[in-house]
Amino acid sequence: MRARSGDTMEKFTQLGAIGAPLMKPNIDTDAIIPVKRLIGYQRHELGAFALEPYRFRADGSENPDFVLNRSRHRAAKILVTAENFGCGSSRESAVWALMAYGFRCIIGPGFGDIFTNNAFQNGLLLIRLPRDVVDPIADELASAPSPAMGVDLEACTITTPAGRKVAFEIDAERRQALLEGRDEIAMTLLRDADITAFQQRDRAARPWIYETTPRLSPAA
Amino acid sequence: MVAPAQSRTLFDKVWASHVVAELSGGVSLLAIDRHLMHDLEAGAIIQRIADRGLKPHNPELTFGVPDHAVATDPRRRANSTPNSERLLREMKEGSDAFGITYFDLDTEGQGIVHVIGPELGLSQPGMTIVCADSHTCTHGGMGALSFGIGATEVAHVLATQTLRQTKPKTMRINLDGKVAPGVTAKDIILATIGQIGTGAGRGHAIEYAGSAVAAMTIDERLTVCNLSIELGAKIGMIAPDDTTFEYLAGRRYAPQGDMFDRAVAYWRGLPTDEGARFDVEHTIDVNRIAPQVTWGTSPQDVIAVDGRIPDPAREIDPQRRSAMEAALAYMGLAPGAAIEGTPVDWVFIGSCTNGRLSDIRAAARVVAGRKVAPNVRAWVVPGSEATQRAAEREGLDKVFLDAGFEWRKSGCSMCAGVNGDIIAPGQRSVSTTNRNFVGRQGPNARTHLASPVMAAAAALAGRIADARKIG
Repeated sequence: MRARSGDTMEKFTQLGAIGAPLMKPNIDTDAIIPVKRLIGYQRHELGAFALEPYRFRADGSENPDFVLNRSRHRAAKILVTAENFGCGSSRESAVWALMAYGFRCIIGPGFGDIFTNNAFQNGLLLIRLPRDVVDPIADELASAPSPAMGVDLEACTITTPAGRKVAFEIDAERRQALLEGRDEIAMTLLRDADITAFQQRDRAARPWIYETTPRLSPAA
Repeated sequence: MVAPAQSRTLFDKVWASHVVAELSGGVSLLAIDRHLMHDLEAGAIIQRIADRGLKPHNPELTFGVPDHAVATDPRRRANSTPNSERLLREMKEGSDAFGITYFDLDTEGQGIVHVIGPELGLSQPGMTIVCADSHTCTHGGMGALSFGIGATEVAHVLATQTLRQTKPKTMRINLDGKVAPGVTAKDIILATIGQIGTGAGRGHAIEYAGSAVAAMTIDERLTVCNLSIELGAKIGMIAPDDTTFEYLAGRRYAPQGDMFDRAVAYWRGLPTDEGARFDVEHTIDVNRIAPQVTWGTSPQDVIAVDGRIPDPAREIDPQRRSAMEAALAYMGLAPGAAIEGTPVDWVFIGSCTNGRLSDIRAAARVVAGRKVAPNVRAWVVPGSEATQRAAEREGLDKVFLDAGFEWRKSGCSMCAGVNGDIIAPGQRSVSTTNRNFVGRQGPNARTHLASPVMAAAAALAGRIADARKIG
């Protein structure tokens, strides 16, 4: 049955994809999407500017040293990062830019608070693991014959490029939302019976809240 | 003494009465009583909801008004700023399609969203009120639990009439003492920010209490709560009392007749119980507060008008010292100098902090029969259309116009920087707004926050002046 919520979020169950290591701490949302790109572009167009200050040189040409500009990692859908990725300004467009580039999952030791909320709201899976677990995955992405890896949200495991299984933990409600492709609005609408029941009780206790017909003449 | 287990704060009572469900991770699903929308994002968010095939859960509980992007020129139209034509059209069309009340330009509902909420009686004690603007804490002056939200949360409220929220800690700020002549609610809250700092309220819901608060009018309480976000707190509240009930009686969207009496009976149960515990308490001695004026680029950079600009060299904390040096360089001020007498180019009276009728009256009393200094451009931007009309009925527009002020239409104007009303680079303003941040009133504009009477005094003197000496 199709939920009443519409489907704004792609489901996330299992993902087999190329990974890219970007082991620089404190990559902020200004670096993920520069503020000048927020005017005049649609959400799905922002992928061209994701991580722009790293991907491109001042003259607009590609920076060949940047990990996403190497043929091995160019098609990455999984990003492996260092501490505090997504810190800084609260812009939701940072998540849109990463997703428009193609990312579905980011693995790192920690993420900015607001960035975390925005990511799960938009179907971008963030996996938190200790730095000493993240580092070997990043090393394998750089050294294994193929930088392909897997993320299984049903089993809560990562398969590293070397074929190791790494378990992770995630908030139960966020996991369910991703598995079912529901954002918070959709998750809350599953509780609509609770909301309606609350309003019925509240309407009896505080009827004036719900009576919003104005007096005919405006008050001075 | 151990507080009885049932002793609860105002905040706790309002929060608990709105919990629809407890979710995982310490998050509560809170029912929202009033959702206020402004022009910057309303149209786009309504469109997002419509695109997913959703409808507003309770359109009768959402109210929209254009304020941020609108021009304040007396001859303004919907299209008189580059942004506003599209924003207002999309907002109006979306509101009409969704059955949301929209207070259009030139009607007695239009104005700054945080001014019209209380003025129309939409904001009431014990309510949860949200709006996509950080100064939504203003409505706490009515005894409401009111806070700013982001764009994604606006969509969530529209679709579900709820929000997912983590409960903040509680803080009480006791404002005790008697207010000296020439000192206003703005001075009290600025002095409070100066004493405890812009980070003090982070993660807390603040309740302002004490003898000075009990003596305040609603307009004054709204001014105090408005600056809660400049203490770092999303929420600032004041317990409702007879002052609140008298203010609300007869307003356009307030309960009427028997329903009003029933509401008052409920509201009387909201104030914090004796013995209720707060996570943090501060006490401010109001007797000692003089008229305030900011010298730097944060609301905590504030001194009494007869004080001297602080010297970064005396600051021990190196981070604070370099912030002070940067602020003084931006503001073009010298450490150790008197702030009084600093020449100004602009005076702005308005905003959700100080754009209410009582603010305009207080400024008019200072201005009456005098002239704006020749070096100063001075504006009054009433906080709402109703405020403007009421002021004009009292002849206050004439008082300001005769003195050389401009008398404009209501909106966020020089407080928002998104509607064309800005100050030229390097120019200095005394402003009744809430943020003296770098670039807030225009690139390289220098803002001194102060009360309406202080702003009026500065306009007449052409320099930062002590309103108490003009009276």
